[in-house]
Amino acid sequence: MSAPTTTRGKVARWALNVYAALGLAYLFVPIAWIVMFSFNEPRGNYNIVWQRFTLDNWRDPFSDEGLTDAFVRSLQIAAISTSVAVVLGSMIAIGLARYSFRGSGPLNFLLVLPLTTPEIVIGSSLAALFLDWDVTRGFTTVVIAHIMFQVSFVALTVRARVRGFDWTLEQAAQDLGATPFRTFWTVTFPLILPGILAAALLSFALSIDDFIITLFNAGSLSTFPIYIDGSFRVRFPPQVNVLATTILVFSVAMMAIGLLWGLRDRRRNR
Amino acid sequence: MDTQDPAAPYRTDPRPTTSPDPARTDTGTGTGSDTGTDDVVVLDGVSKRFGSFTAVDRADFTIERGEFFAMLGPSGCGKTTTLKMIAGFEQPSGGRVLLEGVDVSRTPPYKRNVNTVFQQYALFPHMTVAENVAFGPRSKKVPKAEYVERVTDMLEVVRLSDFAHRRPNQLSGGQQQRVALARALVNYPSALLLDEPLAALDLKLREAMQFELKRIQREVGITFVFVTHDQGEALTMSDRIAVMNEGRVEQIGTPEDIYHRPATLFVASFIGTANLLPGALAGRDGDELIVRLESGDTVRAVGSNTSAGVGSHADGSPVSVMLRPERLRVIPAPGTGADRAVEPGGAAPGRSVSGTVDDLVFQGASARLSLRLADGTDVIANVGTDADLPFLRPGDPVAVTWQPGAAYLLAGRPPRPGASTTDVDQVEAAL
Repeated sequence: MSAPTTTRGKVARWALNVYAALGLAYLFVPIAWIVMFSFNEPRGNYNIVWQRFTLDNWRDPFSDEGLTDAFVRSLQIAAISTSVAVVLGSMIAIGLARYSFRGSGPLNFLLVLPLTTPEIVIGSSLAALFLDWDVTRGFTTVVIAHIMFQVSFVALTVRARVRGFDWTLEQAAQDLGATPFRTFWTVTFPLILPGILAAALLSFALSIDDFIITLFNAGSLSTFPIYIDGSFRVRFPPQVNVLATTILVFSVAMMAIGLLWGLRDRRRNR
Repeated sequence: MDTQDPAAPYRTDPRPTTSPDPARTDTGTGTGSDTGTDDVVVLDGVSKRFGSFTAVDRADFTIERGEFFAMLGPSGCGKTTTLKMIAGFEQPSGGRVLLEGVDVSRTPPYKRNVNTVFQQYALFPHMTVAENVAFGPRSKKVPKAEYVERVTDMLEVVRLSDFAHRRPNQLSGGQQQRVALARALVNYPSALLLDEPLAALDLKLREAMQFELKRIQREVGITFVFVTHDQGEALTMSDRIAVMNEGRVEQIGTPEDIYHRPATLFVASFIGTANLLPGALAGRDGDELIVRLESGDTVRAVGSNTSAGVGSHADGSPVSVMLRPERLRVIPAPGTGADRAVEPGGAAPGRSVSGTVDDLVFQGASARLSLRLADGTDVIANVGTDADLPFLRPGDPVAVTWQPGAAYLLAGRPPRPGASTTDVDQVEAAL
């Protein structure tokens, strides 16, 4: 694209740049704010007014015991629920992509449903169910609730990958003497693994992040988002910023790895 | 560098030739049935129905050891379904599939000692060439030392030793094809099944691969069963051909048989170019049958006993006379005065038809002459480009003649009288 020569063109280009800058600022200023305040030395209970730069918070990220507990608990919940959801969701995706059977149409619709239903509806109805069944709400109920929405998510993500899968590869493997078991582990699984990993990363993030559904089903349990929400009423320790920044860095690193992986794949496929 | 030179002299590779039939040295999966029969694949009344649609209707044939066998037919004729039933991807609705004398109709593909070269090759994209080729032996738990040697040998047979550590997507189409071949042949299958193996290649490469396939087959001595819709391919490469149409096997025979002695009108019109002239049986004279054509000519024709039982038909029954264009010679019509072109002795009675020139296309060594008979039937003759041809102009009266035996009788009236061609290459060349 050559540089615009007319005045009007210059103005339009300038306006576009400003617009883009504002858009990016809107997206990233809150995040930058969180990161910045992880280096603040707070005065009082609220870490919301800039005082001065310090690394103290980073030296001691786990000083707030309640926060640390909640953070670890969230990681545990995410790990368990993601593992279960990835297995179940991937199986659904493969089944749906590979076989067309009576009811596979409605099933596709049912898969999307949990993702489009407002969280408040899912959260409250699950909670009502647990209450009705006299199930004590806590760690297990939160894991169950998370698996519920993660399964849909994994199934849809993996299916996108599986949809382009060449099923004659499975025929070829069987033709060469591989049992269905060996065919799956040596051919099908390695080829859809990138899709499964992407689904796992995203649903792990969804689990750590979830607030509404978790709140309804956590009982007295405190997860990371719930703890932050609760503590915000009385205080806001800088460790919140530290842990949040850690999650952010971790996510960005994962995305970068995924991106590089994709690039390597593409170069190899050239 | 892309493909090998197809004209390269055949190697005398010491290894494969020391065991001329590797299938017999196979210790891992062989059924050891070479004591019994030489029938590798037997289809015994095999049918396949999908709902109310019959894809294959009572196919009966036998494929012998070391044969290059083709299943030929238009798309939807059931040839690929038949191949899938041999491979095990489809189960027959009726009849039996026998492999080395054993009924495998209900045996899953991974327990059958046949291997397939898929149309799009279906190479595993996440494995190197060597890993692809090693997949079969490894699945069958062949010890590492042995399968490494087998893979190395087989990559040499298909001339891809230098590409062992590449991935399939770094190879050209022809190279991928040869990887697929090696991956299948390394298992020493009883039969190698090839599903339209050349369809994905461009024209030039396809011709080179025809030679390459024949060379490899000679070198490994394994039975090849291949499916194609391209009659040129089938005629060039096969020892025997099964021509299929609408789920039925119309004829099984050598390329010569099928070309010169087709069993049905379908075979005659599907293979090469055939002039099919409708008429009625009018009598017999020794081995020959007399036919009164709808164009008014009366001709003599031969028909084998197998040609749909023409011999048993009563006079007056509808028949067709098949004339191959390259077996026709042109003569001026009687009484036109252009006697120079008349052969010594002229045309024998009953061995010519006359009409008017419709078109004449010079093609180098020969010319393609279209003429129209009295009833409007088009006839095509490939005639030598001798000095007399330029005198022929559209509308000139002309006749074509043939040697005894060149007119072949078939039962029934052709769906479309006159010249038929399904020569894909010719259509392509014309475009």
